[in-house]
Amino acid sequence: MMRRLVEVRGLKYRYEDGTRALNGVDFHLEEGESVALLGPNGSGKTTFILHLNGLLTGEGSVEVCGLPVNARNTAAIRGKVGMVFQESDAQLFMPTVLEDVAFGLLNRGMDPGEAGDRARAALETVGIGGLAGRAPYHLSAGEKKRAAIAGILAMEPEILVLDEPTTFLDPPGQRALAGLLAELPQARILVTHDIAFAEATCNRAAFFQSGIIAAEGPVADLVRRFDWKFELERSKSK
Amino acid sequence: MHHVVLERWSRGSSPLHQRDARAKILALLVLLVVIATAQRQVPLLALLLSALLIAAAKWARLPAWGALARAAVILPFTMVFGVICWLAGDPARGLSLVLKSYVSALAVLLLVATTPLPNLLRGLEAMGIPPFLLMVAQFLYRYLFVISEEAQHMRKAAAARAPALRFTGGSVRFRAAAGALAVLFARSYGHAVEIHRAMLARGFRGVFRPLETPRFAVRDAAFLACAAAAPLMLRLCVERFA
Amino acid sequence: MHIPDGFLATPVWATLDAIAAPAVFTVARRAQRGFDESKVPLLGVMGAFVFAAQMINFPVGVGTTGHLVGGALLACTLGPGAATLVMSVIIAIQALVFQDGGILALGPNILNMAVLGVLAGYLPYYLWGATRRRRAAIFAGGAFSVMVSALFALSELLLSGVRMPGPVLGLSLALFAVSAVLEGAITLAVMQALEALQPDFIRQPGKVPARRAVFAAVGLAAVLLAAVGVMFAAAAPDGIQQLGLETGIAAHVRTLFSTPFSGYQTAFLQSAWVRKASSGLAGLAIVYAACIGFGRVAASRNRSL
Repeated sequence: MMRRLVEVRGLKYRYEDGTRALNGVDFHLEEGESVALLGPNGSGKTTFILHLNGLLTGEGSVEVCGLPVNARNTAAIRGKVGMVFQESDAQLFMPTVLEDVAFGLLNRGMDPGEAGDRARAALETVGIGGLAGRAPYHLSAGEKKRAAIAGILAMEPEILVLDEPTTFLDPPGQRALAGLLAELPQARILVTHDIAFAEATCNRAAFFQSGIIAAEGPVADLVRRFDWKFELERSKSK
Repeated sequence: MHHVVLERWSRGSSPLHQRDARAKILALLVLLVVIATAQRQVPLLALLLSALLIAAAKWARLPAWGALARAAVILPFTMVFGVICWLAGDPARGLSLVLKSYVSALAVLLLVATTPLPNLLRGLEAMGIPPFLLMVAQFLYRYLFVISEEAQHMRKAAAARAPALRFTGGSVRFRAAAGALAVLFARSYGHAVEIHRAMLARGFRGVFRPLETPRFAVRDAAFLACAAAAPLMLRLCVERFA
Repeated sequence: MHIPDGFLATPVWATLDAIAAPAVFTVARRAQRGFDESKVPLLGVMGAFVFAAQMINFPVGVGTTGHLVGGALLACTLGPGAATLVMSVIIAIQALVFQDGGILALGPNILNMAVLGVLAGYLPYYLWGATRRRRAAIFAGGAFSVMVSALFALSELLLSGVRMPGPVLGLSLALFAVSAVLEGAITLAVMQALEALQPDFIRQPGKVPARRAVFAAVGLAAVLLAAVGVMFAAAAPDGIQQLGLETGIAAHVRTLFSTPFSGYQTAFLQSAWVRKASSGLAGLAIVYAACIGFGRVAASRNRSL
């Protein structure tokens, strides 16, 4: 049997002002899987993923690689879950790309020399080895996204979580990202509105609605079931 | 934009660029004190120090005229004081104000144009400035561009509605500007929260650990000795022989 | 106002550097110990906000515009300690990267704007922010922060011998007064907009215990009086001497000040200007120390940052 990397049961979360963001979510992720989280804005997708590495804590149970997500396991779990946020600028906060990619490794107490080497290797993996000394704000959106991913890969996580990764990317950039993801061995959770991207990169999808997962299944099935696509019939647009 | 140009200059690879930041900082301080405390023959000293700085700019493969022009950005401000002093009967002081501040600005510009800001901050940390301050400076500089761009967008959006706004009272526009600032504040705060989350997600435990620690070599010591001696010698000569 | 290098007399910038450095470093080290470095992104980004905010123009009528300086706003949202640190970093970056203000002059500029200005900007809100006079307190904070910074800056220039004849000084003060009113208005308007947007952003001043309120009020009075007093002393030292002679205070003051200083006064400070300046400077230094002492006790013993 494949090892369960993520096991979530009955997850509930309420914001400070009382709004219910998650209303009892059950979710699981096996090794090698690649799941797309679809659903309307505000349905709880981003709130949900923030529970996977303990950035938010709600009621219910969340287990990552067999470890319950709590204060004691936070450090270990954050090493296993690599999260790429929607805004690359928020993720690339160090003065140079290399320092940023090495950030996670240095936090673990790794020797700076070794951290530098591993960071360089991660940059090569994502194809931007030459940008190590550059300042992040000079990079294009695609380069920033790769640098952010490199920073995560350097930590050798078991699970990759990406929040709306294609938001600022142009079509070639999206293609390049899809190609990169296809080569990475980690299991993936992808929050996205981009149906084509989800179909190309994920083998399963979960549809969030009002804080719960309303349905799961192949991407195409869910798209059909929830009419989750943008297509105007010619006659109607006249 | 000024700081964009300086940043580009700072990424050069001349011998001056490669000197340890601490050596350059100390050399700068010596020069600043030499010019600030000078009482006699200020114009001549200012001229000689400017020549020294131009020579340094050339050694750093920077455009000399460009540097002189950029330092001149302070002249409008300082000349006002200079002229007032002159009109109040103290022309020597007026001239001294303008010259001293210009030479000082040129020297600081040269430091920043030959040292990327992160290296400068690391040098300051090695010299005993509290790391907290320097990290705040690092983050400020990092996000300066991001937030400025957002502010620019808001200004453009407001300008696009300006024809309509011209007919509204000043207080409405005032409130609109205040509202824009509040939104910018909220967005900036939101960025800060996101950044903090991203830091936590990669195992941040409360202390920033450096990837490189600067090393002070013999070459840097030699540079410091020469760069500190030069302004001192110039001043001694000027006061003795001029 | 950012004072460039080469404007201030050596005793002035040296003394103020010697005072500013420990003051700011202490606040920074306390932040480091108390909060670990997780506050760094917030302070850095809000510093970038202040920089960027200075680009947004507020109409002042007659076709001119003004902009926010930011000390009071930062103090009322992030707290006075954090505001001091952020403003100090802003001033340092303005000096280094934009050559706006000198490096040797960092001490005076930081003391004027990041320490005293922030203190004068925060204390009214601390004292009256929870009362009916809240809006006036916020306005006053903004106005005081600019006025106090300006008065100390002008005084430092005058004490250094920079000439500012009466009409010029009067004009500068008038311009700063307009700036101060503008800062008060902008600070108030932005605070109100923030409250509508997200009340959490703003520090809620609680009921201030009586003893602390006294300290704070004395601190505020000290800062304001010092600013005005030093301005007069610097602008009209002869007038002060005259007043001192007439009231007999001069004799006492002379013994108080000249005993420790008489040593090197006779030794190598010969000119009348330097004598005046060094006494004025001693006065300034004592006043600064008192303000910082009162202010730090009152404002920072509360939740540090």
